[in-house]
Formats: sequence, structure tokens, C-alpha cells
Amino acid sequence: MYATRWLFSTNHKDIGTLYFIFGAWAAMVGTAMSLLIRAELSQPGALLGDDHLYNVIVTAHAFVMIFFMVMPVMIGGFGNWLVPMMIGAPDMAFPRMNNMSFWMLPPSFSLLLASSAVEAGVGTGWTVYPPLSSNIAHAGASVDLAIFSLHLAGVSSILGAINFITTIHNMRASIEWNRVPLFVWSIWVTAYLLLLSLPVLAGAITMLLTDRNINTTFFDPSGGGDPILYEHLFWFFGHPEVYILILPGFGMISHIIIHYAGKLRSFGYLGMTWAMFTIGLLGFWVWAHHMFTVGMDVDTRSYFTAATMVIAVPTGIKVFSWLATLAGSKQLKWETPLLWALGFIFLFTVGGLTGIVLANSSLDIVLHDTYYVVAHFHYVLSMGAVFSILGGFTYWFPLFTGFTLQEAWTKIHFFVMFTGVNLTFFPQHFLGLAGMPRRYSDYPDAYTIWNVISSLGSIISLGSVIFFLFILWEGFSAQRKAVPASHTSHSAEWLMGCPPLFHTHEELPFISKKF
Amino acid sequence: MAGYQVHPWHLVEPSPWPLVGGSAAFTLTVGLVMWFHYNSTVLLVLGLMLVVVTMVQWWRDVIREATFQGCHTSYVLAGLRRGMVLFIISEVFFFLAFFWAFFHSSLAPTVELGVTWPPVGIHPLNAFAVPLLNTAVLLSSGVTVTWAHHALMEGKRMEAIQALMFTVMLGLYFTALQAWEYYEAPFTIADGVYGSTFFVATGFHGLHVIIGSTFLIVCLGRQVVYHYTSSHHFGFEAAAWYWHFVDVVWLFLYVCIYWWGS
Repeated sequence: MYATRWLFSTNHKDIGTLYFIFGAWAAMVGTAMSLLIRAELSQPGALLGDDHLYNVIVTAHAFVMIFFMVMPVMIGGFGNWLVPMMIGAPDMAFPRMNNMSFWMLPPSFSLLLASSAVEAGVGTGWTVYPPLSSNIAHAGASVDLAIFSLHLAGVSSILGAINFITTIHNMRASIEWNRVPLFVWSIWVTAYLLLLSLPVLAGAITMLLTDRNINTTFFDPSGGGDPILYEHLFWFFGHPEVYILILPGFGMISHIIIHYAGKLRSFGYLGMTWAMFTIGLLGFWVWAHHMFTVGMDVDTRSYFTAATMVIAVPTGIKVFSWLATLAGSKQLKWETPLLWALGFIFLFTVGGLTGIVLANSSLDIVLHDTYYVVAHFHYVLSMGAVFSILGGFTYWFPLFTGFTLQEAWTKIHFFVMFTGVNLTFFPQHFLGLAGMPRRYSDYPDAYTIWNVISSLGSIISLGSVIFFLFILWEGFSAQRKAVPASHTSHSAEWLMGCPPLFHTHEELPFISKKF
Repeated sequence: MAGYQVHPWHLVEPSPWPLVGGSAAFTLTVGLVMWFHYNSTVLLVLGLMLVVVTMVQWWRDVIREATFQGCHTSYVLAGLRRGMVLFIISEVFFFLAFFWAFFHSSLAPTVELGVTWPPVGIHPLNAFAVPLLNTAVLLSSGVTVTWAHHALMEGKRMEAIQALMFTVMLGLYFTALQAWEYYEAPFTIADGVYGSTFFVATGFHGLHVIIGSTFLIVCLGRQVVYHYTSSHHFGFEAAAWYWHFVDVVWLFLYVCIYWWGS
């Protein structure tokens, strides 16, 4: 009975719950790794005593946060729970395949952990570039296990993408495309990015696998190969991947802003959907801005600089549309999800601006592989993706569980986390501009002050994470029943009770043309 | 009341095969690592068997739900069509990576290769010998599978079986020819990036031919036992689409690697 429900599930809500539990656990692992990194860098000199081990932790931190936390929670968790309910469908198009997408992830995570358990672990960075990742420099099974981990996570996401695209196309109950909720649009674009970029990653890492094990030389110059080929293939996946990590967040922020501004809809629906579509499409044409230092032709670099900067236009449209949605609100509801959303808008914009700086190949030549890059992507990830996740979670928690979280404590959690992440990552801009390189376990004394402050920030973030665990526990143990009527939302997912029944939309809703 | 729904969708009953599939993938990948590094093929064989078991049991359930329980309404079929197309698109991008690797390596051959393509010392296969035959075989199989489809739609059972048999035989003939070519080739996968791109690209293609042939054999079997009707035979359509995709990949391989690349 229990096994049937939780191991053999074909229910989108239960599978969404499984993804949330998995993602939450992975978040603890990823956070622990981030703390080890900051602990090493909290003072000059060595803590771990081993730069390779440090890089193994840095590599694992990235893989865990990207593939086992952000993606499962945003797409597997929120996507599975909300998309069918928002379009009036009783479940996903392929409910059984939905479950396999989930059950590919624990094996994938196990393979990653195994890679650290054998030999000396994978100390290449999450990009796994050859020749460092080749069998000469990383002998043994570590890199191969990590490659297989990525294979399984890739299969999970590709199948999930097929499921979401088919569901959204095929199962909308009298909802026209121009009425589709913004979160559903964001998942739709994300799914296409997954479908098209992950197979290229699969090809790249398969070639790395064959280079390491069956004597191919795709990336080995002695056989006529080229390590830069790997970089092209990896980043052709890698750049769409970062949009995969943020687009669902955009969707959630739109929903939160609309609700807490007391509005019926977002400002400029057409602009919002067009912007997401454009960001997704352009995201395929800018990959080499991750490769500005490999020796590419100056004209090639100038193309990628220009194309990258163009993406700021649709992104800016979204930011201004969110602000316009907030404007003219009779009374903003100053509840926690709104705080996360406001924090998102401000901090994601900051991260986006440093991205514009890096888009310029001339500046990037100096800033590539420095802490300026680390600061940039942590602003858009730890403050973009994570803030949207926490905002979405505090917003939809009553729907998923039927309980409420303590409002005062969730607000305190926001402020502590806000302080922590900003203190951690803002100083890293200075470190990058001053030339501190990435993936180094130690640094010259001159970089001490900003590193100390950054590590202090990470401790504050840890505090907020532990506090959030307490808040979750309290919510589940106090069992304050959520009353849907007090949460009047104009979005369909709230119409079926908190929590909704196991099966919803068993009778399909009908929506007339009037809105 | 059980067995009653007022929507056209298929809410699949709980199923163990996703979990088995995940375990199979885990066993297979660990098995590969054991084979590469620890000189053992036990887990690899076990993993392959589990993958096959998962596929057989899963698709057997799909056949039961569709052909015998009637769960595949026209709405569900529309979803299945879209899903199959999306899957094939993802496979196109997978092959794109290998074609990218081929062109990256062959358009600007390095000093180590003698700044020429094919590299110095490599004697490429004659594109107008067996590879041309292979092209004819696959193109013909595309014709026969279309013939089978039309026969199926016209309710001509024996003709459909005959055309499908031809398709399967041509597919197996391709595999046999290609296997013989692999055996007789004067270069190996270890012969620099030429060997790498050649054998990995054509190798993955060959794997997809085997997968497609298997799919068609299953369709042949189902046609023999009267699963298909003249208007509802999506499994066959999916196999035919997949087979056409395999054919198109071969055409690109032939033109780019066999012909241009020599």
C-alpha cells in the first residue's frame, strides 16, 4: 500500500512531493559543501591541506546544487505539482514516465557520491574539461562515475521535458495559449531548452568517456583531437542550462507578484511570454561567452559579446513588467513570499548587470576564472533561483500541505538569509576585480579581508538554513489548517482545496471566452 | 463506480517499472565502471538484462492498456504522437554533437594528422562500395515500411505482414553488412580522431538501427496476432517514424563522413 503509493506512483502531486523531499535533502548536502569551501577560505593558509580535495568539494557543490537541488525542486517539484492543476488536467501526459524521471535521480546522486569515494575524486570543476579530466590526469573511476551520474540526470530531465511539453500542448482544458498562466509558460520554455541542450551534453560526456576508456582521441591533440571541441559542446549545453535554472523562477515570481500586488494579471502578458521565449531561443546562440580566453578570433568574440548583451533586453522587459505589476496596487500584502520576490527582482538584476560586464569579451579576458564570475552567478543563482524557490515554497506551502508556516518566523528567515547571501557574495566582486582566481584553496594575504567577510556571510546563511528547517518542522507539527477562502487567488491551482485531493480535475473545467 | 472517467486522458495505474528502470540504469552504469576499471562484467550483464526486462515489462503493460483496455483515446494518441516526435528531436540533437565533433576535427585537420583529411596513413572505406549498398538498403527499407503502412491502413493484413517482413530483413541486412565492414576496415577506433569520429558516429547509428529493427520486429509480431486495426496502429507509426529518422541520420553520415570525408 505504502510501496504502491510512494515507490510506484503515477500521481503528479505525489511525484512532486518526492522531488521536494529529494531536493531538500540535496540542499543540505550542497550547503554543507559550500560551508567547507568557505571554511577553507576563511583564513589564509590551509585547512583541508589538499588542493585536490578542495576542488573535489567545489565540483560536487556545483553538481549537487544544480542537478539535485534547483532542477528537481523547480521543475520536478513545482512543475509537477502546479502545471496540471493550472491547465485543468487531471495529471501529466505520461504519468508513469514521470515517476521514472524521479527515480533516475537517487541513482544519479549515488553515482556522484561514489565518484568521491574512489581514487581521489573528481577535482575538475563542474565543467569537467579535458585534459584535466582525461585518464592521464584523473586516473581511475572517479570521472567515469561522475559522467554516468550526468547521463542519468540527463535522461531524467529529457523524459521530464517530453512529459511537460506534451502535457502543456495537449491537455489544456479550454485554456487558449494566450490565457496560459505565466508559470506554465516558463516550464514550457524550460522543457524545450532541456530537450535540445541535454543531448549535446550527453554526446560531449560520452566522447570524454570513450577518450578515457576505449582509446578514442576526440579531445587529445596527439590523435588530432582538440580540447576546445569539448568546451564548445559543453557550453552549447551549459548556457541553456543556466536559463533552465532561472526560467521557472521567473514564472513563480510572476505569480507571487500578481497575487501580493492584488492584481488580476501581470502587466504586459504578451511581453512576458515573448520575453521568456526569446531568452530561451537566444540562449542557444551565446555559448562561447564562456570561452573568451581560449584563443578565438576577435570577430567571433565580438559576435558573442553582442548576442549576449541582446538577452538583456527581454530580461529587462520582465523586470520592468514586474515593477509595473506592483505599481498601482491599492495595498501590497507585505507577506513573506512578496519579500522573496522583491529581493529577487533587486538581486537578480544586480547579478544580471555583472553578467553584462562579463559579456564584454575585452573585460572578460581579465575577469575570466576570477571571483567576479563566482559573484555574478551566485547573485543570479543563490539570490535569483534560490529566492524564487523559497518565495514559491512559502507561497504554495499551504496548497501542498494544508498547513501554514509561521508568518513572523518566515519573515525573520528572509532577512537572515538576505543578509547572509549578500555578505557572502558581494565582497567576491572586489576579490575578482583584484584578481583572485577561482578554484584555488588558498590566497595571498592581500585578499584576506574580503574572504573573511564572505565566510562570515556563509555562516549567517547556514544559520538561516537551520532556522528554515525549524520553521518547516514547526509548520508540520503545529498543523494550523490553511483556510483557502482567506487566500483569494485568481489562479486555478487554489480552487481545489488545501491540500487538493489525490485526483483533481476529474471533471474537466470549462472556461468561457469572457475573462 | 470503478472504471469510469469523464475525461479522455489516461491516468496510468501505479507501476513498478519506473523504479526497476532506475535501478537498471544504476546497475548498468556501475557495471560499465566495473568493466572499465575493475575487470568484471557481472554487473554489466545484470544491468543490461534489467534494462531489457524493464523495457519488455513496461511496453507489455502499454500494449495491454492500449489494445486490450482501450485507454488510448484519440486525445491520448495525440499526446503519444507529440511525445514520440519530441523524443526523436532529442535524438537528432544527440547526433548533432557527433557531427559537430566530426566537422570540428575534419575542417581544420591538425599538424598531428598531416594537415589533411583523411589523415596521413588512413585509407578510408570506398564510399561507392558497401556504404552505397547500405544506403540503398536503408532507402529501400523506408519504401517498404511506407508500403506496410498503406497496406495496414487499407486493411490488407497479409500484404502488411509481407512488407513489414521485407523492412525487418533489410534492417538486419544493413546491420550484417555494417558489422562485416567494421570487421574488414583497415582502421580502428584507436586510429586518432578519424577512427574516433567514424566509429562512434556510425556506431551510435548502428545501435539505433538495431533498436529500430527490434521495434519493427515487435510491430510485425503484433500485426500477426491481430493487435492493429486499419485506423488505430500508433505503435507501428512510431516505429516507422523512428525508422525514417534512422534512415535520415544514415544519409547525413554517408554524405558527410563516408563521401565528403574521404
